[in-house]
Amino acid sequence: MLAARPDEELDRGSALPDLRKPPITKLQLVKYAGASGDYNLIHTDDETARSVGLEGVIAHGMLSMAFLGEYLCWLAGPESVRRLSVRFKEMVRPGDVLTCRGRVKERTTRDAVVQLQLEVWAENQRAERVTIGEAEVDIT
Amino acid sequence: MDQPPPLSRDLIGRESEVVLFEVERGAIRKFAEAVQDQTPQSLRGDIAPPTFPTTFRMTIPGLTFDLARVLHGAQEYRYERPLRAGDRVRCRVRVADVYQRTGRLGEMTFLILAMDGTDESGSPIFTGTTTAILR
Repeated sequence: MLAARPDEELDRGSALPDLRKPPITKLQLVKYAGASGDYNLIHTDDETARSVGLEGVIAHGMLSMAFLGEYLCWLAGPESVRRLSVRFKEMVRPGDVLTCRGRVKERTTRDAVVQLQLEVWAENQRAERVTIGEAEVDIT
Repeated sequence: MDQPPPLSRDLIGRESEVVLFEVERGAIRKFAEAVQDQTPQSLRGDIAPPTFPTTFRMTIPGLTFDLARVLHGAQEYRYERPLRAGDRVRCRVRVADVYQRTGRLGEMTFLILAMDGTDESGSPIFTGTTTAILR
């Protein structure tokens, strides 16, 4: 079973519960820059962002991936995350509200360990999938 | 504006030094707080969030580009186990591939970086693959 869904036997096609994140703020981007060591100024300085043709700062792609990492920990527990692979599809800006969503693609058993292959994504308030990916978690 | 020359395929195989990173409890907490990650083990600083290896920053000799013109296209991590406070991780990153493609933004260079982290005895902890797009 999955930590976030102890009541349910998950199998191929099962929908996973949503994790809605608080709105992204410029302060969060500054904090994330410091915490991650990604000091690319297109994420924290509007002038730099505009100089490369953006309207203003955009979120680090890795922030949306971090949301999906949290999602997996919430779904399965931090000891159970085996893989997370994402593609960054759309830009994320301050004020955007991302929700992590997913579904079970496959349920497999390897060496007595049951694994779920998941399709996961982060979508914005316009239901656009900004970051899409695949993941693998162990379940007990 | 002067355009820097596209990255050369000669860079393929070039790698960083092996760098030892210590996973600090405070760094885990700071990362979790920035992400507003509610995982209790991460907020306490015990277990690092899955994308924490992004904090392990290394340079590859000869690989330079304009940061403002880089797009992060894709990222993958595979884990043998989570990173915990106190872990000492030996990391290295290498250029796995460089290729040019023409896309909707014109000529673009794709840079694939492969990273790995082991414990001090050499047992693997995680691997990472980064796809960077230079326009």
